[in-house]
Amino acid sequence: MRFRARVRVMPRPSILDPQGQAVAHALGELGFAGVAGVRVGRAVELELEAASADAARAGALQMCERLLANPVTEDFALDDVQREP
Amino acid sequence: MKVAVVRFPGSNCDADALAAAAASGADAAYVWHRSTDLGGADVVILPGGFSYGDYLRPGAIARFSPVMRAVAAHAAAGRPVLGICNGFQILCEAQLLPGALVRNGGLSFVCRPVCLRVETDTTPFTARYRIGQELRMPVAHGDGRYVADEATLDRLEREDRVVFRYVGGNPNGAMRDIAGITNEGRNVVGLMPHPERAAEALLGSGDGAAVFALAAAAAVA
Repeated sequence: MRFRARVRVMPRPSILDPQGQAVAHALGELGFAGVAGVRVGRAVELELEAASADAARAGALQMCERLLANPVTEDFALDDVQREP
Repeated sequence: MKVAVVRFPGSNCDADALAAAAASGADAAYVWHRSTDLGGADVVILPGGFSYGDYLRPGAIARFSPVMRAVAAHAAAGRPVLGICNGFQILCEAQLLPGALVRNGGLSFVCRPVCLRVETDTTPFTARYRIGQELRMPVAHGDGRYVADEATLDRLEREDRVVFRYVGGNPNGAMRDIAGITNEGRNVVGLMPHPERAAEALLGSGDGAAVFALAAAAAVA
């Protein structure tokens, strides 16, 4: 069975995010009021062959820990795992 | 004295590193990243560049290249390993050095000479320097801001494992002005600046040459 997993990788709140600051600044310049903060991370979509959704999720978690996120600077969230038609 | 300069797809300071090692009298050779051995090298250099296009994170993919098993074994045996710029990023990703290198505080790619202070002479690559000696050499990176948690930073300082610090201006916002560090065994050193680009006076500075005084490196190890 084929599944699609969506992973979000974000810089740790304790790590200065200059990209987020630059985007926040640009939004202000464009006239968008009320932007209190911006953080920029990364989204990864995985297409996985697995026997079950649980197996796909477990595999995706291992991939996050091993490669997709740096445990020193980033947090990750496995947003959802969906069966592909 | 045999030196291996590892080439990853996207390495671009490999020739400079090889030339600097050869100029110090070493028998220096390239090792391709698919290789599973280091050709009997005494010292390993991971050069600068943009391995795998810096995709995902700088060094994140290169750390899984086959050669990295041999590099890890070389390091575990207490033998000298030097990572320059992207090589430093790879060593951190491989957890052979603590912490990480993230996007420069000012976001822009910084390519200019900086001033460094030698903080310790008890590593194979700084044995020829004096503590407190100031060196001029270039940086050239977009992701050179050294970060680690406070406990790790405290420990690095307590154990005299900060090897180089930026002085007279921090080009990337690195925590505690850290430009280079060493591991617990003091045989693995990583730094963001490029000593191989300051290895002879003709290049504008010869201050980096002593990093490649590798006979000293092998003797210390």
